[in-house]
Amino acid sequence: MRIRPAGDSALLVELDDLAAVHALRAGVLDAGLSGVEDVVAGARTLLLVIDPLTADRRAITAALPDLLADAAGSAVEGPLVEVPVRYTGPDLDEVAGLTGFRPAEVVRRHSAPIYTVAFLGFSSGFGYMVGLDPALHVPRRDTPRPSVPAGSVAIAGDSAAIYPQPTPGGWRLLGSTELRVFDPAADPPALLAPGHRVRFVPIT
Amino acid sequence: MIAVVQPGLLTTIQDAGRHGWAHLGVPPAGPVDPVSHARANLLVGNDVGTAALEITLAGPELRTDAPLTIALVGGQADVTIDGQPAAMDAALAVPAGSTVTVGRLRSGLRCYLAVAGGLDVEPVLGSRSTDTLSGLGPPQLAAGHRLAVGQPAATGVRPVPPPPAAREAEQPVRVIAGPDDDWFTRPALAALTAGVYTVTPAGDRTGVRLDGPPLERADPGRELPSAAMVTGAVQVPPDGRPVILLANRQSTGGYPVIAVVATVDLPAVAQARPGAQLRFRTVDVDEAVEALQSEQAFR
Repeated sequence: MRIRPAGDSALLVELDDLAAVHALRAGVLDAGLSGVEDVVAGARTLLLVIDPLTADRRAITAALPDLLADAAGSAVEGPLVEVPVRYTGPDLDEVAGLTGFRPAEVVRRHSAPIYTVAFLGFSSGFGYMVGLDPALHVPRRDTPRPSVPAGSVAIAGDSAAIYPQPTPGGWRLLGSTELRVFDPAADPPALLAPGHRVRFVPIT
Repeated sequence: MIAVVQPGLLTTIQDAGRHGWAHLGVPPAGPVDPVSHARANLLVGNDVGTAALEITLAGPELRTDAPLTIALVGGQADVTIDGQPAAMDAALAVPAGSTVTVGRLRSGLRCYLAVAGGLDVEPVLGSRSTDTLSGLGPPQLAAGHRLAVGQPAATGVRPVPPPPAAREAEQPVRVIAGPDDDWFTRPALAALTAGVYTVTPAGDRTGVRLDGPPLERADPGRELPSAAMVTGAVQVPPDGRPVILLANRQSTGGYPVIAVVATVDLPAVAQARPGAQLRFRTVDVDEAVEALQSEQAFR
């Protein structure tokens, strides 16, 4: 692992793969390190937000390799979330054209795997999921939509996601779900978290 | 109750921010100049981080039905109470039924109006901050809004430490190199600290957009895997013109971060008006933390 300061109030840990990110995240959260205020996963990194005046950054840095080693050995599978989807998205036909499959085959391939939530970002509750069939890897739209409806089920590159709120978005929309992906009044407020597993279930 | 007669250009409620939720993609929000925000609160006897108004460029007109103690700190503007000039940087007694106006800022971009007792609005995810990016929290102020005020602390107004030493004009902004400085060419790293960067009008609470010598990547075709961002990150999009992230930024980003502004210098960045010129100088973490220690009262 490589550990670099991200300014004076955070440490960025670069790791080999997503499994290491999730293992270290679990290890750091369990350890309850003093001065660590938040632990934020990225695709290949983990950010530790620290209190610049009270955190012992040298002690935290020294503790990380052992925390990773211990947690990697005892990884626990995240909970499975089933997401019912109406596959009537505005980009389904275009994705079919881009991939050479009929729309029904796009639906079958999108709903076959169990995905893993890698990390959340971009907007509240937006989870980037890995596990998308490589045959469905299509680029983002050239021009993002100014507003994507909440609950839109989308793909771009090697990732899948569900848009939690109406925001601008350039991903390809395959369908939609009525599940509430982010509700600030709920506990927890987000349907997804790093390490959660997801299965999309076609409904009519 | 405080009634909003006229809201000003962009007036929002900010407390210490919505922290600890970045792992779910929630922006921190909070004041873009936390030192001025803290000082306004201390002047009225509130704890640091109590909900106050963040005023941007042109301030509001407010009327209160009950007596209030208020204070304004930050960019300088004309303040009146029932038409009479009132001072910034001091606790002000506002009688019941009077009108407070805050005019156009003559310097800086933001000032903070704190009320003894704090603004009493419903917290969302533990914070009363308006999140101008995600929409969480209270809406920005509009004419006709009414704001409740909390109970002032029993201790009342307390002596407040003197403000941080005023920055000299042209004083470089301190930055800590990395974490993605190895994504840039040697000339790019030199340009960051040798060049002059101008604040463009395109900034907002999510960040400051700069114009100046473009910062070239070592490998233009390579994409950064999305990573968590920090306030103060100097992000470099493909066009090479840096963006400094402020409090209401997204929690993650895909552009490489060449350096991060030292926390102690974030207020200067947040107060830089369009047209202002910024220079940067690299410091190590220890120097940045030491500089922060001298302002401990305000955090």
